[in-house]
Amino acid sequence: MLQSVSDFLVITKRQLLQMIRIPEVLIFATIQPAMFVLLFRYVFGGAIDSGVKGGYVQLLMPGIFVQTVAFTLAATAVGLAADMQKGLIDRFRSLPISRSAVVIGRTVGDTLQNVVTLIVMGLVGFLVGWRPSSGIVKVLLGFLFLLAFGYSMSWIGVLIGLSVREERVAQNLVFMTVFPLTFLSNAFAPTTGMPKILQYFAEWNPVSTMVAACRQLFGTQNIFGATANSWPSENPILMSLIYMVLLVAIFAPISVRKYVRVSK
Amino acid sequence: MKSIVAQELVKSYRDGEVKALDGLNLDVEEGTVLGLLGPNGAGKTTTVRVLATLLTPDSGSATVAGIDVLKHPDEVRKVIGLSGQYAALDETLTGWDNLNMFGRLYHLNSSAAKKRAEELLEKFSLTEAAKRPIRTYSGGMRRRLDLAASLIVKPKVLFLDEPTTGLDPRGRMEMWEVIDELVKGGVTLLLTTQYLEEADHLADSIAVIDTGKVIARGTADELKNQVGGERLEITVEVNQIPEATKLVEQVTGTKPSVDNGIRKISAPVSNGSASLIQVLRLLDDANIHPLDIGLKRPSLDDVFISLTGHVAEVVVEGGANVAKRK
Ligand SMILES: Nc1ncnc2c1ncn2[C@@H]1O[C@H](COP(=O)(O)OP(=O)(O)O)[C@@H](O)[C@H]1O
Ligand SMILES: [Mg+2]
Repeated sequence: MLQSVSDFLVITKRQLLQMIRIPEVLIFATIQPAMFVLLFRYVFGGAIDSGVKGGYVQLLMPGIFVQTVAFTLAATAVGLAADMQKGLIDRFRSLPISRSAVVIGRTVGDTLQNVVTLIVMGLVGFLVGWRPSSGIVKVLLGFLFLLAFGYSMSWIGVLIGLSVREERVAQNLVFMTVFPLTFLSNAFAPTTGMPKILQYFAEWNPVSTMVAACRQLFGTQNIFGATANSWPSENPILMSLIYMVLLVAIFAPISVRKYVRVSK
Repeated sequence: MKSIVAQELVKSYRDGEVKALDGLNLDVEEGTVLGLLGPNGAGKTTTVRVLATLLTPDSGSATVAGIDVLKHPDEVRKVIGLSGQYAALDETLTGWDNLNMFGRLYHLNSSAAKKRAEELLEKFSLTEAAKRPIRTYSGGMRRRLDLAASLIVKPKVLFLDEPTTGLDPRGRMEMWEVIDELVKGGVTLLLTTQYLEEADHLADSIAVIDTGKVIARGTADELKNQVGGERLEITVEVNQIPEATKLVEQVTGTKPSVDNGIRKISAPVSNGSASLIQVLRLLDDANIHPLDIGLKRPSLDDVFISLTGHVAEVVVEGGANVAKRK
């Protein structure tokens, strides 16, 4: 048991080392969301009449936070596909380490990268007027929620990365799926403008429930949210928690199984 | 005692369309080196992957260091080292980082892992490059580091899959030296290669593999003799062919085969260099100056043609360093 903890920590540490050895990666990974904050804030912020106290940026920040952590799926998938392609996964699999160490290490490592990214984004958000009003405890809880969501998305990434085996395929695949998922939501604009069928989708979309949960935790009224008084939009925190538990409960065992059997 | 035993291994791909392994049998005596020799696509990598617990065969069984590969893969992993066909390292990290990481994954404690990393870097002449990312390494350096990573905990059985494919002649020589050194340490080694000379140089015994089966087994000399040993080959001007042929026959005692197109006369010889000198003398007396003359040892191609009746498609692959996308 202790041994397997130390095994996955070694893998996690490897990722942190990568950040130090090629800082460009982390720099770009933080510049991109910071740029998003600025673009959305100043390009759409003027056009969208938010009607909440403190302006559009209050609604925007939870949206961008959730979008960013949702992309942990991409980071994990691409990272693992690259390791697959280079034969590193094979090498790890020939070592006397626990069967889940590599994938747990990867998901934890990607989550730690999120910590850095979220801090940078939070600061940039603060600079352009984001003021969470719910008090320190709830704000921290909000960030914890974001990290947990990123972590559960990461497990989908494990399965994708191990299945496609090629860095570039993984990249295309995840961007094609995660981008629509984050836009078919209440993250950036009201869902009321969407066709009815998409509205239902948007309402049950985990990204929406997460955004709604974060808005609640950061103390902003979620006016982009519910169109009908549906259960997920009424109970975003609980619904998000259910989604996270489901994601990990489904994808963690499948992914570990996949890892054990994967062959290049 | 046998350190590696494989029995009737079968592995097929694409619903049986491709038989990577087709009833492969193999055994390696403890402390010896087996060269698994075969062309591209013969099933070498598949064999290694099965034995190293990375791949489950469709049928058949195998033991490594006496442990059943299919029943107790975890136990097998504790006693083997594997260096795959392409260097499997973290490109972004330094050589030192990589060895230290693998050391920790072999459950050395922090200081032991560091010490071992330094020892191995020293042993493989990589100390100078230790703090550089692998991206900047040459193909030969990568392969050496990859090999070092498989030696962190002294393995009982070591698998090296085409350790020199894609290396330049110097890289190959360095790799050979490193492997020679290892073998002196008494490890049981299964090494795959496409080159007979490599198997010849490094292995105690050779198994020739083609289309997923072992088709011949023996020492390098045994295999070569099976093909017919050394041949004397002479290239002369067209008008001199008849006379030169006569002289060669006189020395070797067998009727040489003549290729008029490339003006080459060749005949098997038993005492190579002596025959060579004799022929040269006779040619000189006859005032014939060969364009080219030499002793040719049978190549992998020759072994193959003789064993399988078809030409081996020895495609030199891109190799470790070229195949990697930057
Ligand atoms: N994952 C795979 N899917 C389909 N065919 C494969 C796969 N792996 C190997 N093969 C096929 O099996 C045969 C043996 O491959 P391999 O063991 O890699 O040969 P070698 O290492 O001797 O070059 C080849 O014909 C190869 O194309
Ligand atoms: Mg191969």
